[in-house]
Amino acid sequence: GPLSERPLMEVRLGELHTWISTCNFSPQGLLGAVQKAWSSYCAKYIHVRRGGPAGISMLLAGYCLFSYVWNYQHLKQQRWRKYH
Amino acid sequence: LRALPPPVAVGVLHTTRPLHATQQSLAPVPPLPEKGGEVRHGLIPEEFFQFLYPKTGVTGPYMLGTGLLLYLLSKEIYVVNHETAAAACILAVIVYGIKKFGPDVAAFADKLNEEKVATAVAMKNEAIQTLQTAIEEEKKEQWRVEGRSYLFDAKRNNIAMLLEANYRERLLMVYNEVKKRLDYQVAMQTLKRQKEQDYMIQWVEKNVVQSITPQQQKESIAKCILDLKALSKSAHAAV
Repeated sequence: GPLSERPLMEVRLGELHTWISTCNFSPQGLLGAVQKAWSSYCAKYIHVRRGGPAGISMLLAGYCLFSYVWNYQHLKQQRWRKYH
Repeated sequence: LRALPPPVAVGVLHTTRPLHATQQSLAPVPPLPEKGGEVRHGLIPEEFFQFLYPKTGVTGPYMLGTGLLLYLLSKEIYVVNHETAAAACILAVIVYGIKKFGPDVAAFADKLNEEKVATAVAMKNEAIQTLQTAIEEEKKEQWRVEGRSYLFDAKRNNIAMLLEANYRERLLMVYNEVKKRLDYQVAMQTLKRQKEQDYMIQWVEKNVVQSITPQQQKESIAKCILDLKALSKSAHAAV
């Protein structure tokens, strides 16, 4: 299909630059992209007949990772060695 | 009713509002997928492993994970502190809980779902049933409509009979009235004749009585006495 309408997973590495240039970076565009990503995640892992722990566990892992990254400057002070 | 051609105005109205026939309609909603996307170890989607399989084979992602972990630990980008111990304990408890109680909770949730689906399906079936009976009723009504001609014939016969009965009633009334008038005339005539007869008889009697003069009366009485004497003589002789 046309380059601008393809989802990110189906874009090849060489075409990434052009794909980003066709993106819509206005607030509505970003909001729309976030909405689309969230709804596709929900449709794939949460709104199923027999889901497992996978749906929420991925969200929790992402939350842990995000909070670690957010607090990295504070956590850096608890290192065991000064030079690596 | 669908066989009848719709009136023009109704057809025009309907074309402006398409029914559930196009692809973009919201109904019927497609059913939920049976299973979600495949996830390995509960954290990493299967697509990642498939993505790396052509280049690195089966062990590629695991080597990547191990290398990444060692790098993060050795450079202390991931710092090991009290939170690490807490996280390890929590993770162990969570994994044990899921392994032990997972199937039971899944069965319970499935049961809840089944009940919801069962009520919805029951409602749908009931609606379909009522609509079916409505369709049959409608067909029956259409069949009844074909009997219209018989109904109208019966009604026409009824009306004809009523008219006939009315006509004959009035005919009878006319006959009675005419008969009454003619009887009256006949009665008048007989009465008149009777009165004339009576009067005539009376007049004749009056004249006869008047015409009997005293002379005649004496002669008739003497004759009667003679007759009586003769009779008495003959009676004596007989005895």
